[in-house]
Amino acid sequence: MAPVTEIDLRSASVRELNGALHRAEPGTSWRVLHPGGAHNLAVGLDAAVDVVIDGHAGYYCAGMNQHATVTVHGNVGVGVAENMMSGTVRVRGSASQSAGATAHGGLLVIDGDASARCGISMKGVDIVVGGDVGHMSAFMGQAGRLVVCGDAGDALGDSLYEARIYVQGRVRSLGADCVEKEMGPEHLAELAMLLKAAGRDDDPAGFRRYGSARRLYHFTTGNSY
Amino acid sequence: MCGISGIQVRDPSLRPRLGELLAGMLHQAAERGPDSAGVALYGDPRLSPPGCATVSLTSLGVPAAEVAARVGAEAVAAGQAVVVRSAELDAGELEAAVRAAFPRAVVTGRGTGLAVLKGVGHPDALIEEFGLREASGWQGIAHTRMATESAVTPEGAHPYSVGENVCLVHNGSFANHATIRRELIAEGAVFDSDNDTEVGARFVAHRLAEGMDLEKALLALCERFDGFYTLLVTTGDAFAVVRDAIACKPAVVAETDAWVAMASEYRCLAALPGIESARIFEPEPEEVRTWRR
Repeated sequence: MAPVTEIDLRSASVRELNGALHRAEPGTSWRVLHPGGAHNLAVGLDAAVDVVIDGHAGYYCAGMNQHATVTVHGNVGVGVAENMMSGTVRVRGSASQSAGATAHGGLLVIDGDASARCGISMKGVDIVVGGDVGHMSAFMGQAGRLVVCGDAGDALGDSLYEARIYVQGRVRSLGADCVEKEMGPEHLAELAMLLKAAGRDDDPAGFRRYGSARRLYHFTTGNSY
Repeated sequence: MCGISGIQVRDPSLRPRLGELLAGMLHQAAERGPDSAGVALYGDPRLSPPGCATVSLTSLGVPAAEVAARVGAEAVAAGQAVVVRSAELDAGELEAAVRAAFPRAVVTGRGTGLAVLKGVGHPDALIEEFGLREASGWQGIAHTRMATESAVTPEGAHPYSVGENVCLVHNGSFANHATIRRELIAEGAVFDSDNDTEVGARFVAHRLAEGMDLEKALLALCERFDGFYTLLVTTGDAFAVVRDAIACKPAVVAETDAWVAMASEYRCLAALPGIESARIFEPEPEEVRTWRR
């Protein structure tokens, strides 16, 4: 196994950390010690490196990630993996608001809860949340899949485009133009694949599927003047 | 952006560490607003011995000994703030005595067992000025400010404490504060600053004075105020959090058997004792969460 390079944020700055990760060769492994909830950790990575953050991270952790695998052994602040393009981001604890915001691709796994606006404007990312998500999750979600193993808060999927949502628990309310849809075999297969990728053993049969009724973003004669 | 943090201690053995814990929380929030800061401390015997009424002042520019002599009460300096206290007078009488001696004083707090310390400068410097690490007590809140709508002055710093024992800190901005300010002035309110948060604090104080309980007063605020806000409000027995209708501004609550704490960011809470097993959540929009002593 390749040696792990450790960067201790008690002595190194966040800029030094991110600079080192931007210059890292693909296949290398990194461990970040004493993150102390600092913002902007491991942002803008563009190579298949493996980064473990040993503690809590602040805002925008692993933002804009491409190819890299980032694991946070703690909680994360606002906007984890925002605008991710590819790769995998895993949060062992819970995430604050806007997790995976506008992300185009890759897999974001949150083992704990995610709060408000999880997956806001998601554009192709897959998000699997082990616990609950807060209000307005998947707001204006355009593409990708959001899997919630716990409960969802108010206005789930408000103004949804084509992102698909699976929820195992209770949904407090659906947002504008978000409806429950039938769970076909292709959806069960897709959900099983996502749960497996997230390392979870929940039964896909216990989930419900939600999606766009497509009444809001298609112009109809009722919308003309 | 501003930073809020606060803690209500339930385990009496943690009371001597209140200041140390609050200082750590304020330090972690400092990057959210480094232009001024303030704290409210409930039950610190150095500043507000049991049974004493207190009146807190800021930027008076007069040594504590002279304040004491002119008011006819004890006075303690803490950085830019002075806390006047009396075992004989109640808070209203003491405030009147302070205002008689110093007609232009800005009273930043009054009550029993309450000290409000605020000033201009980096939060880390103010922690030292206030001697915050040495403070003790059962409840404390802190705020670090990034001014957006009024001047950087000690009276523009938070907490705002305009009713007896009631303190309020705010992250966000109220959109319709000028309208509500005029209404409150018509109801008899006198303002100390141009700050939008002071309008929120006086609104809550007026509703409480009319007999509303804290939860109802904060729901009334949600109904009347437009804008973005996370508020942490404390009284002589309660600690309450409320957020605007879309929860625009951050708030993280952590609770253990020994304490309940709230902050703008998790990192403010990360060093609290027992945080590993705390129940952690982000309050829902327009849902008032209250913890009683």
